[in-house]
Amino acid sequence: MATNDTRRPVDAETGLESPAWVPPSGLAIEAAGLVKHFGETVAVDGLDLRVPSGMVYGVLGPNGAGKTTAIRMLATLLRPTEGSARVFGHDIVDEADAVRSRVSMTGQFASVDEDLTGFENLVLLCRLWGHPRRAAKKRASELLEAFGLADAGARQVKTYSGGMRRRLDIAASIVVTPELIFLDEPTTGLDPRSRNQVWEIVRALVAAGTTVLLTTQYLDEADQLADRIAVIDRGRVIAEGTSTQLKASVGSGALHVRLLDPDQRPEAEGLLTRALDVAVRAEADPVALSARTSDPERVAQALTELARAGVGVASFALGQPSLDEVFLALTGRPAEPANPELEGETSRGPTIEEAST
Amino acid sequence: MSISTPEEVAQEAVRSVLSSTARPPRPDALVTSLTFWWRAMLKIKHVPEQLFDVTAFPVMFLLMFTYLFGGALAGSTGAYLQEVLPGILAMTVAMITMYTGLTLNRDIQKGVHDRFRSLPIWRPSTLVGPLLADGVRYTLAAAVILVLGLILGFRPGAGPMGVVASVGLLLVFAFALSWVWTMLGIVMRSENALMGLSMMILFPLTFISNVFVPPETLPRWLEAFVDVNPITHLVTAMRGLVHGHSVTGEIGIVLVVSAGLVAVFGPLTMYVYRKKA
Ligand SMILES: Nc1ncnc2c1ncn2[C@@H]1O[C@H](COP(=O)(O)OP(=O)(O)OP(=O)(O)O)[C@@H](O)[C@H]1O
Ligand SMILES: [Mg+2]
Repeated sequence: MATNDTRRPVDAETGLESPAWVPPSGLAIEAAGLVKHFGETVAVDGLDLRVPSGMVYGVLGPNGAGKTTAIRMLATLLRPTEGSARVFGHDIVDEADAVRSRVSMTGQFASVDEDLTGFENLVLLCRLWGHPRRAAKKRASELLEAFGLADAGARQVKTYSGGMRRRLDIAASIVVTPELIFLDEPTTGLDPRSRNQVWEIVRALVAAGTTVLLTTQYLDEADQLADRIAVIDRGRVIAEGTSTQLKASVGSGALHVRLLDPDQRPEAEGLLTRALDVAVRAEADPVALSARTSDPERVAQALTELARAGVGVASFALGQPSLDEVFLALTGRPAEPANPELEGETSRGPTIEEAST
Repeated sequence: MSISTPEEVAQEAVRSVLSSTARPPRPDALVTSLTFWWRAMLKIKHVPEQLFDVTAFPVMFLLMFTYLFGGALAGSTGAYLQEVLPGILAMTVAMITMYTGLTLNRDIQKGVHDRFRSLPIWRPSTLVGPLLADGVRYTLAAAVILVLGLILGFRPGAGPMGVVASVGLLLVFAFALSWVWTMLGIVMRSENALMGLSMMILFPLTFISNVFVPPETLPRWLEAFVDVNPITHLVTAMRGLVHGHSVTGEIGIVLVVSAGLVAVFGPLTMYVYRKKA
């Protein structure tokens, strides 16, 4: 079983917390060596997690990393095959009811009733949390109002858009203010506006004192919202730290260039490599190139060189590294599990704690 | 100073609903079960088509069997109706208990139960509530059959009380039988497989009984099955109650079988529900 003992001590340069980092307020979640098997599949494979209370904690991982399975175990919906976890000091198996009364979960796929109206869905949950009939209706209206769903309250949920459904789902999770809320990929599939609304809700939640654990596939989202981030891969934490620490370990930015003509890619690749002085990566998309750099001046120069050489550029962007790039930096392979033997071979960022070696 | 964007306004509102209520006391088993009953009622309100099985099905059965077999088996449809109606009542309701499992299976697949299962409530209420709601559906089916029967010439010898008692007994048995479908609804992965399995159990159970023909007319081996079939006992008890014969023993058997079904399938259902991924 992987334990905290294998983590690195404080890094003098970056000031990374010691492995036994415990905030004064205590831990909302403390998981040690969680394992979940589904038959042959090992969905979660020795997960260690320490989530301080009162913050937004991001769990970042590609498809199939085990995010949902981990969350479902922590929310008492699944029993771990091995290992244990405590939520606010309560064991998730032996004291499941105590855990349930403190946490709420918004699953990856909306768990509201499509046949019922938004209002009815909320009244139902208010009643189940113990509100008397009238108070339940009042609370349901309040929630609809706050989540911008007042007009749609009398409509069946099957007529809602993805963003509305998501908001209703979150509203249903805070009928009684939870101490901890799990949000499983709350913005996947939402348009930028809806995504922003969800982000605002998350910020409001944490401002009100609720600890938020959210999973995401976007580094950008984790960066925007989370105070700390755990990167998980194949059911294990492969890196943990603040967003700054994480980005420092993978290079703080990336240049993405899309060319007009795929035939010019080799030429462009050479030019960019020389101008930027870093490795340039040919993406799966035949017109796309990317390079890890955060120096805008160099980027400007490199783009000028491309223009001078007659390489047509359709678009370019200087932004944060994608999840794929984070993975490449952390594990030396792309996010999709492709080559299991490679694990742990390549160098990892020096500023990130390691949960497993 | 930043400009107040619409998102910031939302944030204020969300923050205020978060702090605006105290935590109510935990609801008891009765409240939560009734809340789930209410949910099932709402679903009937929004999707009334689902009542098709408890209305059209019984009408079809009663008309078909009365006129198809009536003349041949009892000499006249009028006489046959007196015997066959309680049987069709039992058979139809037994048949539609199957939908309990189908509804639950669909519900679980949609993910609604994830939320219910993560609540600090008496767990069985999620399943008991819908079963109570099914009681309403069964009563409706019974009413449809009885009204149509009365129009066609059904005359219960023991009067209204006998009818009420026999429907009551039927509801007890249907509630008990529903636990079987509830369990299967949780265990089976697809709706079609569940449907197939339910039919495989229900067809022999309802047809190889004394609903349509007296068991004495059957080959010995078939008669043996008919005699142990709980539906046979249910139908005998219901006929007795409706027409005023003494059937205390048969009623006892039905109640014991019902209690047995609940005792076995209730806990088994809760076990598989808890285990369900
Ligand atoms: N009920 C189940 N039965 C069998 N295998 C499962 C089950 N649930 C999850 N798995 C498997 O476990 C692994 C982890 O799945 P999980 O859903 O936890 O990943 P995830 O990180 O949430 O992925 P995504 O980003 O796609 O939501 C996957 O390989 C998945 O196929
Ligand atoms: Mg998932």
